[in-house]
Amino acid sequence: MSTLAYRSPRRQVLSYALLVLFAVVFLLPFLLQVVNSLKTDGNATSHPLSLVPHPVSTAGWQQVLGTGGAAGVTDFPRWLANSALVSVLITGGRVFLDSLAGYALARLDFRGRRLVFALIVATLMVPNVALLIPQFLVIKELGIFNSYPGMVLPMLTDATGIYMMRQFFLQVPVVLEESARIDGAGTFTTYWRVVLPMVRPGIITLTILSFQGAWNQYAFFLVATVSPNYFTLTTGLANVVNGGLSAGNQFPLKLAAAMLTTVPVALLFFVFQRYLRANRFDAAVKG
Amino acid sequence: MTPGRPTGEPAQDGPAHRRRRGGSATAGQNVGGWLFVSPALAILLLFLVVPIGLAVYVSFTDWSGVTSPFGSTVHTVGLSNYASLVSRPGLSQQLFGTSVRDNFYYVLFVVPLQTALALWLAIVVNNRFLKGRGLFRLAFYFPSVTSSVAITTVFIFLFQGTGAVNKFLAFFGIRGPNWLYDSRGVFTTLLYNLGLHNPPAWSNHLFLGINIWQWLAGPSFGMCVLIILATWTTSGTFMLLFLAALQGIPQDVEEASEIDGASSWQRFRRVTLPMLRPVVVLVLTLGLIGTWQVFDQVTLVGPYNQTTYTPAYLSYYLSFQNNEFGQGAAIAFLLFTLIVILTLLQRRFVKEDLTR
Repeated sequence: MSTLAYRSPRRQVLSYALLVLFAVVFLLPFLLQVVNSLKTDGNATSHPLSLVPHPVSTAGWQQVLGTGGAAGVTDFPRWLANSALVSVLITGGRVFLDSLAGYALARLDFRGRRLVFALIVATLMVPNVALLIPQFLVIKELGIFNSYPGMVLPMLTDATGIYMMRQFFLQVPVVLEESARIDGAGTFTTYWRVVLPMVRPGIITLTILSFQGAWNQYAFFLVATVSPNYFTLTTGLANVVNGGLSAGNQFPLKLAAAMLTTVPVALLFFVFQRYLRANRFDAAVKG
Repeated sequence: MTPGRPTGEPAQDGPAHRRRRGGSATAGQNVGGWLFVSPALAILLLFLVVPIGLAVYVSFTDWSGVTSPFGSTVHTVGLSNYASLVSRPGLSQQLFGTSVRDNFYYVLFVVPLQTALALWLAIVVNNRFLKGRGLFRLAFYFPSVTSSVAITTVFIFLFQGTGAVNKFLAFFGIRGPNWLYDSRGVFTTLLYNLGLHNPPAWSNHLFLGINIWQWLAGPSFGMCVLIILATWTTSGTFMLLFLAALQGIPQDVEEASEIDGASSWQRFRRVTLPMLRPVVVLVLTLGLIGTWQVFDQVTLVGPYNQTTYTPAYLSYYLSFQNNEFGQGAAIAFLLFTLIVILTLLQRRFVKEDLTR
């Protein structure tokens, strides 16, 4: 709204102050997280609000990074590696399969396309939490329960991503493909060489959203695995928070681990946020 | 999945089929098309469509999760699982009734709060003359990109009995409750402090295993933590939706009303809000759909306090902790039905509004 410029200076300062206050409230939990991860366990419990750790203790961080003496209690480096592995595989699969399917639904005139599209639109509304038991059933029946394939395969594609990629492909001018085809290029070559480079913003958006979804995924991994070998940062951290550690509150450790879980996705968003702003919700708002 | 994050989008049959309608598909495109969609389609069928059917089957059995659900030790029990949740008095009915109540209050508070906050933030951040817009936008959006487990961990720390929140309240002489462990409802606690020590006789009537007084109790203090958490993490997401819509409002409409001498509140009520109506409907319905699915946070806070159980969590808990997969699947299917109905309603409303 353009009102601020015409308002009295006093009101302007007031609304600005209110906005800053809200920004502080929004970021304060993260600040407290950082500060308290650097305190001793006892200090974090008894003085959670003090903004200067005194004394500074890196015990929590050392435990998380596996450099401290108390190794073996938790295995964060392994969980980090698991998170990275499944996130990369899932992201790769989604970007490739979603864009393939999205392209076919947008541009290839095959028999049954309307039916396939209707099915995908229908699966858009299936709530994830209602799928936990069913998906557990299927991966158990397939013999991939408690394994990397069981964690990755069911997530290799998603209806939202297919729908989104279809919207992006629809915006590419048809002329380009037609001239490629006249030049004798096959369907896959046309897709790969000509059309895919045109939807780079879409690919970037899908990459970020897929990676975020996989990295932050918790519920599905919780039911798809049972052994600590397959803990990701989310399931491992949840296990620690739910009492996997016995001695004391261990807040510095938990907060440090939570930060380690947050940072990679946060960095991704900082770097690519300009792509997301324009695209992410266009499909949702405009239909 | 984090509650309140948009999971569905209004799907509309766009201009996909405008090309070559009526003309026969070429053989190449027929083969190519199927080759392109089949990997994704196979995965969706195997891990999304088939499971739903399996779950419906399991919800009619007494499967304990150990052997194959098709083995000889598994019996079909008809509607028994559904009955023990809805109509047969007992522990399951009581747990289910409580979870519906708790999730209901969660929805009742989170949806309006996050919508109002997101709208306000969007309008303020959209101001052309605001310095540091990008930074503010980032600050408000940041909580919604973080992992639900990580952020719940932080909130459990903040809301300890002697945690940061209560230390802060103590500055003002307020003694905060032991949030996470406190299962008292905020409404009935308020009434108790106002002098109503015994619930009235009419409230003894039972519905879904718990009495009317318990239904009216309001969210527990433990649930309040989850309500604050959800409002805080999802407002940023919805702020982006409102921002996108605000940027679509023609500048001259606002300027015209400004010249007409409308106050900023009048202009908001009469000009901005009506133009945003479709997006408000979208955000409200996305909120409804998301808040009935809250799960991740409950697995962390639930062990402290049974009044934070939601149907989604109860479904998981009964299945994986109690080996009562039949009942768990029955809850999942009831939840599935509710969400699908909400989504269909949303598609209808939003489509109508957006194409107006």
